[in-house]
Amino acid sequence: MATSSISRPERETRDSVVIRFAGDSGDGMQVTGSQFTLETALAGSDFSTFPDFPAEIRAPTGTTFGVSAFQIHFGGGDVMTPGDAVDVLVAMNPAALTVELRDLKVGGTVIVDSAAFNERNLSKAGYARNPLDDDSLARYQVLKFDITKLTADAVKPHGLSSREAHLCRNMWALGLLLWMYGYERTATIEWLNRKFAKKPVIAAANVAAVNAGHAFGETAEMAEHMVGYVVPKAHVQAGRYRTVSGTEGLAWGLVAGLRAAGIEKMVFAGYPITPASALLHTLANLRAYGVVTFQAEDEIAASGAALGASYAGALGVTSSSGPGIALKTEMLGLAIATELPLIVIDSQRAGPSTGMPTKAEQSDLFQAVHGRNADAPLAVLAPTSTADCFDIAIEAVRLATKYMTPVIVLSDGYLAHAAEPWRIPREADLPRFPVTYRTDPEGFHPFLRDPETLARPWVKPGTPQLEHRIGGLERDYDSGHISYDPDNHARMTKARADKIAGIANDIPLQGIALGADHGKLAVVGWGSTFGAIHRAVQIARDESTDVAHIHVRYLSPFPRNLGDLLKRYDRVLVPEMNNGQLVKLLRAEYLIPAESLPKVTGKPFRVTEIAQAIGKIS
Amino acid sequence: MTVTTITDAQLAPKDYASDQEVRWCPGCGDYAILKAVQKACADMGLVRERTVFVSGIGCAARFPYYMSTYGFHTVHGRAPAIATGIKLANPDLDVWVMTGDGDGLSIGGNHMLHVLRRNVDLKIILFNNEIYGLTKGQYSPTSRRGTRSPSTPLGSIENPVSACAFALGAGARFVARSIDTLQAHLIATLKRAHAHRGASFIEILQNCVVFNDAVFDHITGKEVAPEAQVLVEHGKPLVFGKNKEKALRLKPGTIALEVVAATAPDVLVHDETNRPLAQLLAALEPPFPTAMGVLYCSPTESYEHDFYAQKGAALGKGDLDALLNSERTWEVVP
Ligand SMILES: Cc1ncc(C[n+]2csc(CCOP(=O)(O)OP(=O)(O)O)c2C)c(N)n1
Ligand code: SF4
Ligand SMILES: [Mg+2]
Repeated sequence: MATSSISRPERETRDSVVIRFAGDSGDGMQVTGSQFTLETALAGSDFSTFPDFPAEIRAPTGTTFGVSAFQIHFGGGDVMTPGDAVDVLVAMNPAALTVELRDLKVGGTVIVDSAAFNERNLSKAGYARNPLDDDSLARYQVLKFDITKLTADAVKPHGLSSREAHLCRNMWALGLLLWMYGYERTATIEWLNRKFAKKPVIAAANVAAVNAGHAFGETAEMAEHMVGYVVPKAHVQAGRYRTVSGTEGLAWGLVAGLRAAGIEKMVFAGYPITPASALLHTLANLRAYGVVTFQAEDEIAASGAALGASYAGALGVTSSSGPGIALKTEMLGLAIATELPLIVIDSQRAGPSTGMPTKAEQSDLFQAVHGRNADAPLAVLAPTSTADCFDIAIEAVRLATKYMTPVIVLSDGYLAHAAEPWRIPREADLPRFPVTYRTDPEGFHPFLRDPETLARPWVKPGTPQLEHRIGGLERDYDSGHISYDPDNHARMTKARADKIAGIANDIPLQGIALGADHGKLAVVGWGSTFGAIHRAVQIARDESTDVAHIHVRYLSPFPRNLGDLLKRYDRVLVPEMNNGQLVKLLRAEYLIPAESLPKVTGKPFRVTEIAQAIGKIS
Repeated sequence: MTVTTITDAQLAPKDYASDQEVRWCPGCGDYAILKAVQKACADMGLVRERTVFVSGIGCAARFPYYMSTYGFHTVHGRAPAIATGIKLANPDLDVWVMTGDGDGLSIGGNHMLHVLRRNVDLKIILFNNEIYGLTKGQYSPTSRRGTRSPSTPLGSIENPVSACAFALGAGARFVARSIDTLQAHLIATLKRAHAHRGASFIEILQNCVVFNDAVFDHITGKEVAPEAQVLVEHGKPLVFGKNKEKALRLKPGTIALEVVAATAPDVLVHDETNRPLAQLLAALEPPFPTAMGVLYCSPTESYEHDFYAQKGAALGKGDLDALLNSERTWEVVP
């Protein structure tokens, strides 16, 4: 371009940056964020993302409850969380500005589409005056451009309607941000051409918008405001990488687990519920991998179909969120009583009841561990990151099939949608734990136990001479026949408990994520809070605080050294996104005075919140 | 999916009985149903290891324990869901759902609706005793208005559901009715249900001697049966009465049935593929005769068949590495 002769200041270096793209639900902020993520990844930075979309499907345009946001934290170091405070806020309209501004750092940058700050939008967002015209944004670096017009100009040659042109604004903004951090556009352009393969004009217009946004950064005549940055590459293990969301990690992990177990078929049954549906959608495309998906009439039927499939020798998997898991409760009891493998994935969300469907919480821990009638133990696992979702799903398959038990995996709404870079494993390197179905009639009864695991045999209906009946009625330890004998019930209750407790001997000892194996303070977390806790502990340790981070992946049973380990610290602090659940399990199990750090706002922990709590204690 | 039919011709009815002592009340209609099912199994030469009886909870639901096949006694009302999972996992299994009026139409009514509309290849046998037997005699969703029970001491004020009309409304492709004591008819009906691919629904009027004794006597009693039942058979006129002297036909100018002399013109011939006719027959109640037999049979592909026949549906062992490396990847070199 002719104006490229403008002399640009040198790009400044930033260790890490947090950007939040925010706009109307219809402004395409999620795809904008995802594409920015991809270019970040391809440039070799580490990252962590947090999509935050509204509960309403199509909220009226311009409203505050229709704001959709996508946050990405990227940098050269070990990026552990989506970031506490925002460095750059892209606000496509006044509603986005008013909702998201409070997370922007003082001195941070706001990029706005000035054309969207019209009277109508301002009043919908509750602004009496245009914040771009007074000094209310004085604490920030404001970059206001008429993105609407700049986009319209860029796409003009493609003859789009003004509505269609308007929809390209997000790509213009993306182009500008890509320029700002010196990122490529290649993957984005490829993606647009693929996405709009059937609408080449739309594809070309969007590409033109990306290019125009990029060129604008390159050539804008406001050089002192428009600084470009460089973010260093991350130092990560060599290998092939991709981005992975928790949903993808779980889906692929289940497939990998199915293969590891040598089971021919997985029957995944679900009933739509936010934020668990994404898993059903993902698996519905994986028939070629032996996956049968079934959208049942409700969660009860979903858990029933999954259990029926396991009974028939397939891997039964069901998934839901808190309210739906509640409906599966009775079927879990049957799975425990009949000792069949069953995997239940709970994408936890804020509750009780319908609560806040799109907001994450970790408040189903009690439900998972204890939420059934009678003494009904099962295994509970929780992934620590989106990448860990893959490994935990494999582990769930291993435990469910080896111990003939239901296994609940506690994911959450944050993990389901968040994305991180992931070093792609090779199938050849994955674990193998082939199951054996019983076929030998000699000495058979359905509740014969493996002396080591206490698991009963798995028999596929269709196997000659092993015909037998099972059900929810108590059964005799020695014959498997119905029995109401009091001593037998006590013996069976103990057998069921011992079997689950015995899993503790078959899982890794509890490790320490950071710090020493004894000392003044251990911060103990579980699930998706890993990043925030880890970073907070890192910061405290850098300031010479005696603190360690312990993250529990196995919540039932606990690793067998967990109690002894925790007793080696003077104090134990348990941050969790609930009103104090793990903390109570730890107190009950180990009689230690663990202290709670609850957070129930529907938002993930900030590093600073945990860091402050550590500061107060130590 | 090809359905291979393997039969075991050597087995007698008793070979389908398990070694478990049957624990229904003496005189319960369930015994007769058990006997009929075992006889039908033997007649059809069902292979025990490929046959699965699935049930919910109730007296009726104890059924699987008494069969020498595979059996799964599950939770109240949910047998259709569990059976659906079994069929999705292994469509080759011969799966029967044994349920009661409470199990199948109250707590499990929703599952019954959906399993029928999906047309999962199952034999669904509903033991209708118009009462909750196992919980000691409360009224059920099929209990008639006025039924006195521990929970309705003044008589039920609820309108009962007709099992067959419900099944037809849900889109079932095979709907039949029989009676515990009508052995030959019941066995023949069970065989018809078994021959049908897709969900086959049979309502069996079953006498609960303890909590609802004789509730069907006005239909099933030896004396009244000829007048009180019309045994429907495909292609045969809808006649009944001691000497088959009565018949059903459409009341001229309406879509209601009327009773006429068997010799009258326009007597209806049963067409089991005619759904509206089946609806009319299913809904008949005294003073009309109650319709027994296959009210409706109009096969279509089953749910599992369609699932596995769907384009691009082949289950396989896809390349996992390819899946994990789909979309954008990047290489980090040391
Ligand atoms: C969740 C649940 N609720 C209630 C019960 C108690 N219960 C067992 S059987 C039954 C009714 C059974 O009636 P029906 O299906 O007509 O069978 P019948 O005993 O008459 O053969 C009830 C309410 C139960 N077992 N589980
Ligand atoms: S209670 Fe009624 S239905 Fe149950 S076993 Fe006794 S007679 Fe049969
Ligand atoms: Mg009943």
